[in-house]
Amino acid sequence: MRIGVITFPGSLDDVDAARAVRLAGGESVALWHGDHDLKDVDAVVLPGGFSYGDYLRAGAIAARSPLMQDVVAAAKGGLPVLGICNGFQVLCESGLLPGALHRNAHLHFRNRDQQLRIERADTAWTESYEQGQTIVVPVKNGEGRYVAAPADLERLEGEGRVAVRYVGRNPNGSLNDIAGVTSENGRVVGLMPHPEHAVEDLTGPSTDGLGFFTSVLKAVVAA
Amino acid sequence: MSSLDTVERATQSPDDEQPYAELGLKADEYARIKGILGRRPTTAELAMYSVMWSEHCSYKSSKVHLRRFGDLPRSEALLVGIGENAGVVDVGDGYAVTFKVESHNHPSYVEPYQGAATGVGGIVRDILTMGARPVAVMDSLRFGRADAPDTARVLPGVVAGVGGYGNCLGLPNIGGELLFDDCYAGNPLVNALCVGVMRHEDVHLAKAEGVGNKVILFGARTGGDGIGGVSVLASETFDETGPAKRPSVQVGDPFTEKLLIEACLELFAADLVTGIQDLGGAGLSCATSELASAGTGGMHVDLERVPLRDSTLTPAEILMSESQERMCAIVEPDKVDAFLAVCRKWDVLAAVIGEVTDGDRLTVDWHGERIVDVPPRTVAHEGPVYERPMARPADLDALQADDPARLPRPATPEELQAHWLAVVASPDGADKTWVTEQYDRYVRGNTVLAQPEDAGVVRIDEESSRGIALSLDGNARFARLDPYTGAQLNLAEAYRNVAVSGATPLAVTNCLNFGSPENPEVMWQFAEAVRGLADGCRELGLPVTGGNVSLYNQTGDVAINPTPVIGVLGVHQDVRRRVPSGWRTAGETVLLLGTTREELGGSAWASVVHGHLGGRPPALDLAAEKALGELLAALAREGQVTSAHDLADGGLAQALAESALRHGLGARLTLDGDPFVALFSESVARAVVTTTDPEAVRASAEWAGVQVTELGTTGGDALVVESLPELPLAELRAAWTATLPALFGSPEAATGQAAGAVPAGTVPTS
Repeated sequence: MRIGVITFPGSLDDVDAARAVRLAGGESVALWHGDHDLKDVDAVVLPGGFSYGDYLRAGAIAARSPLMQDVVAAAKGGLPVLGICNGFQVLCESGLLPGALHRNAHLHFRNRDQQLRIERADTAWTESYEQGQTIVVPVKNGEGRYVAAPADLERLEGEGRVAVRYVGRNPNGSLNDIAGVTSENGRVVGLMPHPEHAVEDLTGPSTDGLGFFTSVLKAVVAA
Repeated sequence: MSSLDTVERATQSPDDEQPYAELGLKADEYARIKGILGRRPTTAELAMYSVMWSEHCSYKSSKVHLRRFGDLPRSEALLVGIGENAGVVDVGDGYAVTFKVESHNHPSYVEPYQGAATGVGGIVRDILTMGARPVAVMDSLRFGRADAPDTARVLPGVVAGVGGYGNCLGLPNIGGELLFDDCYAGNPLVNALCVGVMRHEDVHLAKAEGVGNKVILFGARTGGDGIGGVSVLASETFDETGPAKRPSVQVGDPFTEKLLIEACLELFAADLVTGIQDLGGAGLSCATSELASAGTGGMHVDLERVPLRDSTLTPAEILMSESQERMCAIVEPDKVDAFLAVCRKWDVLAAVIGEVTDGDRLTVDWHGERIVDVPPRTVAHEGPVYERPMARPADLDALQADDPARLPRPATPEELQAHWLAVVASPDGADKTWVTEQYDRYVRGNTVLAQPEDAGVVRIDEESSRGIALSLDGNARFARLDPYTGAQLNLAEAYRNVAVSGATPLAVTNCLNFGSPENPEVMWQFAEAVRGLADGCRELGLPVTGGNVSLYNQTGDVAINPTPVIGVLGVHQDVRRRVPSGWRTAGETVLLLGTTREELGGSAWASVVHGHLGGRPPALDLAAEKALGELLAALAREGQVTSAHDLADGGLAQALAESALRHGLGARLTLDGDPFVALFSESVARAVVTTTDPEAVRASAEWAGVQVTELGTTGGDALVVESLPELPLAELRAAWTATLPALFGSPEAATGQAAGAVPAGTVPTS
């Protein structure tokens, strides 16, 4: 099972995402932002970091890179895509997911171990979890406050497209405690917290994050 | 350009007056430059010499003392020693580690965000230059009184700057220090450490060799930032239609530095570089003269080929600019195309600006006219050296005689507990989450331990689980009372912090922050600290791999307390055996390793409760540190302890609180002897451990010659110390965590506030 991890200029957690894919039992495939080449991967991860230094708006420039055109087209055809942190910002900027990520309400970068609730256990990236399951993974961002227009927010909630929600303290002022959302077909998921940093007992607060990566391996087999 | 001061013109106008004094050169230094060149220097040459002969670049006051580090016995672990950008240490299995700590104190006072950010950027480039991939950073920060108005200006910006730059580079911040003292009110200390990892064969050195090899400048464009002293030249050269005077603090762009890191590592891997140097202080002046001086000596540069951000810059300004995120490489001619292709891939700007030449002159042309023609060694390595006068501080005898024995001690158990809470809740002792939450500690996925642990631990090989441990420590109260012993106590503390994690200490770096070297008392403190550190390293058998000296740290005429910040690197053969500091499981035995004496001079208790600094610091015992270190490594290897925490500032009181609060597990304890002394003494070579097998620990300790005292058993939600009132963890935690948010603002409370609350200079981060 080949899972692509895209490196944009300024991507930082690409090595972590690749490690998470390997630990979940998949083959990680390095993808380069400037190539129109998805290398026949079965799914794609957009990793965290500061693509283009967050200049203009976080994720805005990366969303216009050559490879993202291919990702958008493939996602519309059902390719599973996961955006983590900066990757989530890129997905919002590229129109694959609704809403936007603003500066944290308290204006600080914040790194902490965060409780999350899995609201949707039937997406390509969350089916290893139980609906309503609480997990702990790191959150670390300065522009992680999820916002959407009131009508969009109502629609998202109505359609059950909030995939992951913050539990306990909301780390950044996200509306409705939203940590991550999914596309209508459940194939594209974006979230601010970092499941790829919770895949080993030695280095993470838990191994709760591994489920995102085992989920997609199952989803790809099923498809 | 008729006003261009060429070599020819300098020869023809030997008597032109030059602003050497405004550039910080003494009359005899200026005369020496004339002697070297056999004529007056050109404006560009004067600019080069003035920055390269500054205290910051030449170490002219400290050099004679720093030789002590070079005199230490040769360590087998040391692959590259002092003199290069950073020392390189063999950590086994073919891996080499390079690490260094550097100050950015003055810029951080002027512009906290950018000063701190570019401090991180500079030390990261030093590590990269050695051929290593940077893998982690640490920061050691000191500010004036925590409740002083200016601390509220400086601290939030510094923390945001350290975080903003390091986070955007993708380097985990694995620890450091945050301390407060009046003496830093007008002169905060911002010391940043970076550590990098490479294979032995990947070590790169800063030298220009091979006649005909090309000199390539790559990275950011050169702008007018960081040009401080050169403004006197600019004002001479330009009328009011010229460029505006710019702030002397550099502005960082971590995104460009991230690209530079990846591009450099790819260039190294493809063997496209024969020599490399980063551009830091003194910019191109430093990089070209050091590369040439360390190589065969000859280099020519066509300065108009330097890509500029501001086309109105003069040649002297280009030579002195401290624009960040630039590197200079020496490349064989047939590898230039491949080199430029790698730079293009990473969107890194690169330009061939010159070549290595025959002979021993560094020449620089500006549009075909010669503006620099100097022997590079005289610029880079043969600057002035001073043996400055030294005098033991006049107040030292009185200070040492003012023993804390005279201070009132807590009279009741309740008062003793109040003092305990006061130390733990003091700004120095309090929870540092307000700061460390702003730093990414997870990126790259190899962080095994990070703050608030005693040492940061990073895995360097995922297959073998080999790793490294690092700690930075600098107790300035001890150094004020006795700089010779104080420097050694700081070394001992960093050594102990690395040892409690289970690592074997291997090498030392340092950042020596002192006042003005022109003050004989400061110079004496400096010399004593260096002598102490060298003697301490000799006894512990550790090499000093490099370091940094920061002088002129003072407010008005008042120097800071001497602050030698010492970093110790240790190696873990298997990081899975690392020992954390917190208590996790109830029913385990709590043991104190080491011997407690009544030692309160310079202690946190005397400072927090009485605002007192006097007496003698705790007695140094490096043999005991070594024995404790070897014991802790053995206990970790054998899996005989479940936690270990070093005792330092705040003594046992602070250590018990931190171990209990880490995971919210209390203990029932009995203290040996006077509970006041047991809790607050800062005797060296001690640690608290927990174990399920106290007999095994006792046996190992007996073999190592380390005293063991049983304190009690973990469990419950309070620290219950015999003869003292019970201390509920909830109360302890509330006191410990409230301090910094109360001083610097609770992020939660700030929710919804206007953007006006952003510290000055903060840039958006994600």
